[in-house]
Amino acid sequence: MSMNTQGRPTAAGEAGDSFRPKTFTGNRGLDMEEPLIFEFGSLETTGVDLDEDESAEFELGGFRRQAAIGLPGLAEPEAMRHYVRLSRNNYAIDSGLYPLGSCTMKHNPRLNEKMARLAGFGDIHPLQPVSSVPGALELIDSLAHWLMVSTNMSAVAMSPKAGAHGELCGMMAIKAAHTAAGRDPKIVLVPESAHGTNPATAALLGYKVVNIDAKDDGTVDLEALKSTIAEHEGNIAGIMLTNPNTCGLFEREVKQIADLIHAADAYFYCDGANFNAIVGKARPGDLGVDAMHINLHKTFSTPHGGGGPGSGPVVLSARLAPYAPLPFIRRTEDGLELVETNAATKDGEQPFGRMTAFHGQMGMYVRALSYMMSHGSDGLRQASEDAVLNANYVRVGLQDLMSLPFGERPCMHEVLFDDSFLKDTGVTTLDFAKAMIDEGYHPMTMYFPLVVHGAMLIEPTESESRAALDLFIATMRDLVMSAKRGETDRFSGAPYLAPRRRLDETGAARNPVLSWSEPEPAEVTPAAAE
Amino acid sequence: MRYLPLNETDRGDMLARIGVNSIDDLFADIPENVRMKELLDLPKRASELEVERKLSAMAAKNTSAGSVPFFVGAGAYKHHVPATVDHLIQRSEFLTSYTPYQPEITQGTLQYLFEFQTQVARLTAMDVANASMYDGSTGTGEAVLMAHRVTKRNKAVLSGGLHPQYREVVEGLSNMAGDRVVSLPADPTGTEDILSQIDDETSCVVVQSPSFYGQMIDLKPIAEKAHQHKALLIAVFTEVVSLGLIEPPGTQGADIVVGEGQSIGNGLNFGGPYVGLFATRQKYVRQMPGRLCGETVDAEGKRGFVLTLSTREQHIRRDKATSNICTNSGLCCLAFTIHMSLLGQAGLTKLARINHGNAVKLKKLLAGIPGVEVLNSAYFNEFTIALPKVAEDVVEQLAERGILAGLPVSRLEPGNKDLANLLVVASTEVNTDEDRAAFADALKEVLA
Repeated sequence: MSMNTQGRPTAAGEAGDSFRPKTFTGNRGLDMEEPLIFEFGSLETTGVDLDEDESAEFELGGFRRQAAIGLPGLAEPEAMRHYVRLSRNNYAIDSGLYPLGSCTMKHNPRLNEKMARLAGFGDIHPLQPVSSVPGALELIDSLAHWLMVSTNMSAVAMSPKAGAHGELCGMMAIKAAHTAAGRDPKIVLVPESAHGTNPATAALLGYKVVNIDAKDDGTVDLEALKSTIAEHEGNIAGIMLTNPNTCGLFEREVKQIADLIHAADAYFYCDGANFNAIVGKARPGDLGVDAMHINLHKTFSTPHGGGGPGSGPVVLSARLAPYAPLPFIRRTEDGLELVETNAATKDGEQPFGRMTAFHGQMGMYVRALSYMMSHGSDGLRQASEDAVLNANYVRVGLQDLMSLPFGERPCMHEVLFDDSFLKDTGVTTLDFAKAMIDEGYHPMTMYFPLVVHGAMLIEPTESESRAALDLFIATMRDLVMSAKRGETDRFSGAPYLAPRRRLDETGAARNPVLSWSEPEPAEVTPAAAE
Repeated sequence: MRYLPLNETDRGDMLARIGVNSIDDLFADIPENVRMKELLDLPKRASELEVERKLSAMAAKNTSAGSVPFFVGAGAYKHHVPATVDHLIQRSEFLTSYTPYQPEITQGTLQYLFEFQTQVARLTAMDVANASMYDGSTGTGEAVLMAHRVTKRNKAVLSGGLHPQYREVVEGLSNMAGDRVVSLPADPTGTEDILSQIDDETSCVVVQSPSFYGQMIDLKPIAEKAHQHKALLIAVFTEVVSLGLIEPPGTQGADIVVGEGQSIGNGLNFGGPYVGLFATRQKYVRQMPGRLCGETVDAEGKRGFVLTLSTREQHIRRDKATSNICTNSGLCCLAFTIHMSLLGQAGLTKLARINHGNAVKLKKLLAGIPGVEVLNSAYFNEFTIALPKVAEDVVEQLAERGILAGLPVSRLEPGNKDLANLLVVASTEVNTDEDRAAFADALKEVLA
């Protein structure tokens, strides 16, 4: 029903400009406060209608649950409203520019979602007879092919569940190769600019992590690398290097690095988090890489989902290919074979073990292949070029006001600033990021990489239009000028306009409250006796 | 290309603004001899229609679980997921958000993680749960590593009832990390002597209940023995629906509970993505792997949620972190949380009873077939049967008759003659009486 104002004035009264009501509900128009399910759900309610045909017989031994579980239920409309309201408190790629450096927040095509939900992919069991899932093997093998061709590598271990899991897989393959050669080196080299997952992964496998220094331009110092290798001669398992690195720069001497590492009987692990910059422009296999994980949830657009699920297939060089973990698909004259156990391996196949139950992130494989097929060889290259173009466009739009730690040179798909432009303003990188929230932007990655002070790493991705970048640049310029003018209030208390003001993270860690508990003891109804 | 907003005019103008002549000038750091001149040797771009055609053709070659009488379990279960769940997880704000590093604009994700952690803690009867692992198997690997940190020992004892692929994940990780693993032989009936394996060097005992073979295991004496030796009990489950009906590991003395949450909210997806559930005692929280969401207040005193205790994590602690995990299973947690919120304990208990009842019915039917022996006395929604023939062949013959009948144990444990005739079968709420009758009739035929 439309409103007939019958000529009554609809303009706001005079107080309207400055008056901000303190609402009874705490809501602010469309911005809703929402309780936890435990605070409004009922233990009696369920939003799922199930058959009445319950078991009267129990063959549970003596293991029937006696105490109530304490989980409230919601009727369907209640659940719908609760989670829709929660969703509205989230920033997302679909609602705005998300320049989170090293995270590649690109558009997530919905075709991919549709394909992953086809019953032939989404509703097949990992252990149903292999003869009943030839299309699943074909899909995995097709994606493997696209990944191997894109990287010019010999094999790919598909099963790792995320980037860090892929790192673990790659480093396990390296360890297995050393063991097979009768070697037991103890050291893994990691530059300081590396993602935290790199040293954590190496340490998990019992390796000692030795840092290698960067040059003034943010890339690996070849001389320092030489002397580190000499110092630990015969004891180096490999290097873990991100390329393009986390400063947004391509390691120009990557081939020399690879040669030095190989001459030391060690392997080159490449962190592929930044592969989005170079797909179709350079192939890791041509750079001397022995293993590299590919974050399908970054480069190949599978949704980040608020922190997963990811998928981290690892491409392997010919030297590491024999050690690829179970399961894998073998191409034969008769078609595709699924190898799930050591008993099924053939000569030359020496899997180091298994990373996970089943076959990895099938749902993500479908999405990634859908993305790659949609782009094709030409589109993949165009996407990388646009990603790099967009990052450089942001760089030149901001470099006169913000500070580039390594000078005015082209970057890859992300541009790194430090906080020296904020010197003496009283505004920190964190404050600056929080003020971006009030402007409707998700902040960039901050305080990473660790090699520059107050780092701000901006990755616009290829998904942004020129108009969107222009507005972003103009906004950033306005914020910088504001900081330089000493308008510290805009920053120190930010965000002012988000669903929440700055949250007390110190308090949360000091006294961790990790689950909800009743203000008063709840009624406990023992289940009927068995 | 439909996903790329820049057009040729934009590109030209932007290059000019940047002050370079061509896009390749921006790639000049890539050495000339490795910079690609040609396109990758792959097909060129494809329309939405074309991609859909090709992928649909691949999908059509597979037999989906919903299209036949379906009885495969063994770590992944066919359940009905309410339509609401899939709608909500496809909300842009959930689907296309990153890990909630900026809590002021990701309270949606953080609040459901807090609800998820609470649900998992209550289901398992443990103090605290994390914001998920990749899946049950990798979670089990992480649980063993955590037990090593807590006990400062490095020997894990794995029950023969543990899912063989979970065992392989733990063994692989332990071998690589230089830790010790004692894996007991396959134990279909739950009669192994695990107590005698626990000694003062043991860091943890890993026991799955219901076991891979479906057998309910009494965790209490194992917990008691483990605690006598200052070792931890890691209780594993692969079917989370069972917790609606059976005594939770938390009240049986488990120190860490880890399991697969796929059954609630998540489809089969040929094995992934799934969601690992991970819970422990309050005193061990700082040794936990993975993300944790905690309650706090904002600058105006309003309740809010943040990722917390991150000093355990790799992005802060680097090589001293409790785990290398970064991304977890965010969206699968959300699916779990929504489905569980819809069920509530009333719905979950009922769902669990239906599952158990269906398994009881199936067991009776199969037990009546000459030559078939049911090995489990107490079970939830799956159990193991011994056949008079090699199970793998029987399953193939049943598949030809349009029935996906269960997992032949030999697929995961080849080379062990004692297991060659064993079949693990599951029956959930999706199976009808007709499904079960069709299975039993076909099995009779195949065995005749």
